[in-house]
Amino acid sequence: MNLADGVQIVSFGVLALMMLGAALGVVLLENIVYSAFLLGGVFISIAGLYILLNAGFVAAAQVLIYVGAVNVLILFGIMLVNKRQNFVPLRNAWVGKTTTALVCLGLFALLGAMVLSTPWAISTAPVAGDTSTVVIGLHFFSDFLLPFELASVLLLMALIGAIVLARREFLPDALEREQTQQPVLTLPERPRELASATPSSPDRTLGTSSTKRNV
Amino acid sequence: MNSGIDLQGSFIQILVDLGLTAEVARVAWLPLPMLLVLVGATLGVLVTTWLERKISAAAQQRIGPEFAGPLGMLIPIADGLKLLVKEDIIPAKADSLLFTLGPAIVVIPVFLSFLIVPFGQNLLITDLGIGIFLWISLSSIAPIGLLMAGYASNNKYSLLGGLRAAAQSISYEIPLALSVVAIAMMSNSLSTIDIVQQQSGYGILGWNVWRQPIGFLIFWIAALAECERLPFDLPEAEEELVAGYQTEYAGIKFGLFYLGSYVNLVLSSLFVSVLYLGGWNFIIPIEVMADWIGVSETTPWLQVITGSLGIIMTLLKAYLLVFLAILLRWTLPRVRIDQLLDLGWKFLLPVSLVNLLLTAALKLTFPVAFGG
Repeated sequence: MNLADGVQIVSFGVLALMMLGAALGVVLLENIVYSAFLLGGVFISIAGLYILLNAGFVAAAQVLIYVGAVNVLILFGIMLVNKRQNFVPLRNAWVGKTTTALVCLGLFALLGAMVLSTPWAISTAPVAGDTSTVVIGLHFFSDFLLPFELASVLLLMALIGAIVLARREFLPDALEREQTQQPVLTLPERPRELASATPSSPDRTLGTSSTKRNV
Repeated sequence: MNSGIDLQGSFIQILVDLGLTAEVARVAWLPLPMLLVLVGATLGVLVTTWLERKISAAAQQRIGPEFAGPLGMLIPIADGLKLLVKEDIIPAKADSLLFTLGPAIVVIPVFLSFLIVPFGQNLLITDLGIGIFLWISLSSIAPIGLLMAGYASNNKYSLLGGLRAAAQSISYEIPLALSVVAIAMMSNSLSTIDIVQQQSGYGILGWNVWRQPIGFLIFWIAALAECERLPFDLPEAEEELVAGYQTEYAGIKFGLFYLGSYVNLVLSSLFVSVLYLGGWNFIIPIEVMADWIGVSETTPWLQVITGSLGIIMTLLKAYLLVFLAILLRWTLPRVRIDQLLDLGWKFLLPVSLVNLLLTAALKLTFPVAFGG
């Protein structure tokens, strides 16, 4: 085994572990912000796998679209929505959990059967490498024209929908009345407890802010 | 076109001649470009911070740093050492893991982008086929680090600064990418080498800035916004947000943000010079000058001169742009956040789309001048 093969195998192992670990973290962690950041880790690991498969352009596109756009938008959504709500323990929660488990297991079995039953033919054609952008472009405008055009129509619909939502020319009266009664928006910030601050003063937040100014 | 200087090939050849196997020689070569990128980028930042102080001083009719070394040239080193040895504070209620990870995520992609900056025909780390696209996709990772820093600080100014930084950087990414697409269309390639190659031949007249004046302006404005330079430094607007996402940072973690923003400025200037100002090309093409004095292009000493001239020209153009950026900092007022987003989405985006269409039309009409 020469050096290049060794590097390839080790990086495949590291990337696969990173991806599985991050993906489990996305699902299992309680803190939703951690989940969102770990999702970025999953996308980056997938991009690394693409690089290992000699698909540099796809890897860069993966980083640009999934990490740079999708994940940032998810983070934006989480950080701008400031809804504090205590979870009410549900009765018969096990019903939902079992159904989810069953659906997930079924999906896993289906995909596993598909992976095992497909005869994976490894292409003997030379790797496109740096010319892959040209090959991808040719495919987009010949045999993959329909999916390409459908995807662009879908994006156009999303674009128009976003513009309509943002312009808000039509505002129902009920919505306006609701908006006037909303409380003042506050940003999420956990209360600070400084160890050295005076423990007995009741207006602690005011006090600390004024001392900070004086220092 | 001749291949010019091949540093990697010669280095491996020397080691093989010394009795090492080719594989070991290649492994010995591997760390050198990585080290070169780190040292080169850091040196570039030291020079830039010194320039920033000196030019700012000149713009305000002061003298600026003077006593630390000749002309105050040791000031950046003093700055760096101070940040290194300063106490590294993590606020009591901050999320220490994300707080530490944030600056690293901001800095690493910027350094990685140096892989594709060409200083000559063979003087770059790797000539990737996707070239400039790598830079665009790497620079889109930075907002995640900024959001992370803003969130983990547990401070409302930090959070607002992080959100502003991310909003700004995703809105200016699109005009930036669209003006790069116009260039790629003209050079029929994404590789930085090919982009410079396509501008060479006619000296200063062949540079892309004459064929893409609108694209040049859009790229420069968007690059300034991506670097969070004035007039677009809203994420750290000190009158409103203390220091934005950097508010709670101290010591080397703040140093990383500082380093990252200046490396980004140098990198953007380098890319402007590569994409629009002819990269390593001199005002008069080297081949023409070699013809005048009757020297063959493949003469070794001429190749060394060509290589050095290439590095000097690239750096000169980049630092001229850095000078321009610093001058802009002291001449323009800061824009408001709504003006910033209006400029990005309602002005730069449509104009860059029109520029793209115009380039395509011109390419079809005049294939000689616009790379058919």
